[in-house]
Amino acid sequence: MAAEALVELENVCFARGSHPVLAGVDMRIPRGAIVALMGASGGGKTTMLNLMAGTLRPQSGQIRIAGQNLQKFSGDAMYALRRQMGMLFQHSALFTDLTAFENVAFPLRRHFRLPENVLRKLVMMKLEAVGLRGAAGLFPAELSGGMGRRIALARAVIMDPMLIFYDEPFTGLDPISVGIIASLIKRLNTALGATSVLVSHDVEETFSIADYGFILAGGKIIAEGTPAELRNSDSALARQFLGGQPDGPVPFHYPARQDYAAALRDSHAAGEVI
Amino acid sequence: MAMLEFIPQLGRRTLQSIPGLGAASRFLLTSLLSVFNRHFSFQQLFRQIYGFGVRSLILMVVAAFFTGMVLGFQGYYALVRFGATSALGTLVALSLLRELGPVLTALLFAGRAGSALTAEISSMKATEQLSAMEMMAVNPLAWVVAPRLWAGIISVPILCAIFDLVGIFGGYLISVPVLGVDGGTFWAQMQSNVTFSGDILTGLFKALCFGVVVTWIAAWKGYTARPTAEGVGNATTLSVVTASLTVLGLDFILTALLFS
Repeated sequence: MAAEALVELENVCFARGSHPVLAGVDMRIPRGAIVALMGASGGGKTTMLNLMAGTLRPQSGQIRIAGQNLQKFSGDAMYALRRQMGMLFQHSALFTDLTAFENVAFPLRRHFRLPENVLRKLVMMKLEAVGLRGAAGLFPAELSGGMGRRIALARAVIMDPMLIFYDEPFTGLDPISVGIIASLIKRLNTALGATSVLVSHDVEETFSIADYGFILAGGKIIAEGTPAELRNSDSALARQFLGGQPDGPVPFHYPARQDYAAALRDSHAAGEVI
Repeated sequence: MAMLEFIPQLGRRTLQSIPGLGAASRFLLTSLLSVFNRHFSFQQLFRQIYGFGVRSLILMVVAAFFTGMVLGFQGYYALVRFGATSALGTLVALSLLRELGPVLTALLFAGRAGSALTAEISSMKATEQLSAMEMMAVNPLAWVVAPRLWAGIISVPILCAIFDLVGIFGGYLISVPVLGVDGGTFWAQMQSNVTFSGDILTGLFKALCFGVVVTWIAAWKGYTARPTAEGVGNATTLSVVTASLTVLGLDFILTALLFS
């Protein structure tokens, strides 16, 4: 992690109402890397993506993108910064009233006045990159889940962003589509010279493409390192998460008021049936 | 004792609703002013006017026609007792222009276009399309909300004018050919008793206010809906109910103000 950092989080705290989501997160994402952000559901991974994208603001701490403090950006400046970012959403978030071609062309049409033939070439180039040039005229309802995700990926990279966020890119896809998306993330990151932040539960697929990973639990980073380092982590919680063990620091049983054996004994003594 | 508990509870609820009202007002102003934002599209505006206005036409024309015919029957029933059937044209026209036209147009608009608007915006929110726009540096208020708000504000007065015209024609068809009221008297009385600024513009002004309120409520309910299937359903129902009741309440306030 010696390379220059593109994204830096310093003691970032975020709460929803009285519920703390992040409690002092420090993180450094090097330029050009694919960084995985992992952890249990509801652990604040997507919140972290939204904080880095500037759609949420931390209650305290600092987030820097390319050395610039994100909290100082507002309105037009934030929109200008977002033109250098791309995000692949968990459910693709394609515009249902537009064809695949128009979905990919959407950011270009909104931000530039390009001649139609130039715009067409740019869009087709990205559709070819994700292998769906032939599906340009289809509407989102006519695409499979994996195809929709690939169209959304083409849209996320149409402006050649420096920073790409992936929110659960493998969720709900068949193994072939998962493999395609993983290889596309790797290829596009290299081809565009971008930096990618990947939120995922899919340990094997994520580790196959990630250069570095963070494991988030209880609003804090509990382990970080290369995939190999994470597999050998000292943290019992990290080992439970990566090994998919049903019991461990995150217990199988949701806490009850009374131990089950004691509850049975008490009910037996009272002549009740539970 | 119950009264003593009721008063602070009422105060608390009122205080709780004020920030929401402030946020909704800010949402309305920001969206309306987004017409100057570079992401505002007049093409989108015309598309929405077509969707809200033109596609509501058949509903409005049918409703107006029946309303005018019923007014003709009921007005005749009341006036014939006093031998004043010559005033039937005036009664039909004033009822439609000042009251029934704007209110019924707004209520039908809330049911047809308002509900669709809420469902569309809340579905876009539930499927992360609004967040995707934000991430693509496109302001969703300028691209999605503003054209729909302006389309509603422009469409409702035009629909109201059409409602009035068709309603009066329906009233004429019942009054003159069916009930035997003299056609010349019907139109002459209407012409001499209906004023342009006092009656026609008053009605259209009401329709404009209703247009703002109905589309504002519909867009706000959609934009603040919970991003789930249940949230979309609840927001759509709430949008129609709130807009309908607000139109009726606002109608009373506007009538009282304009009457005085």
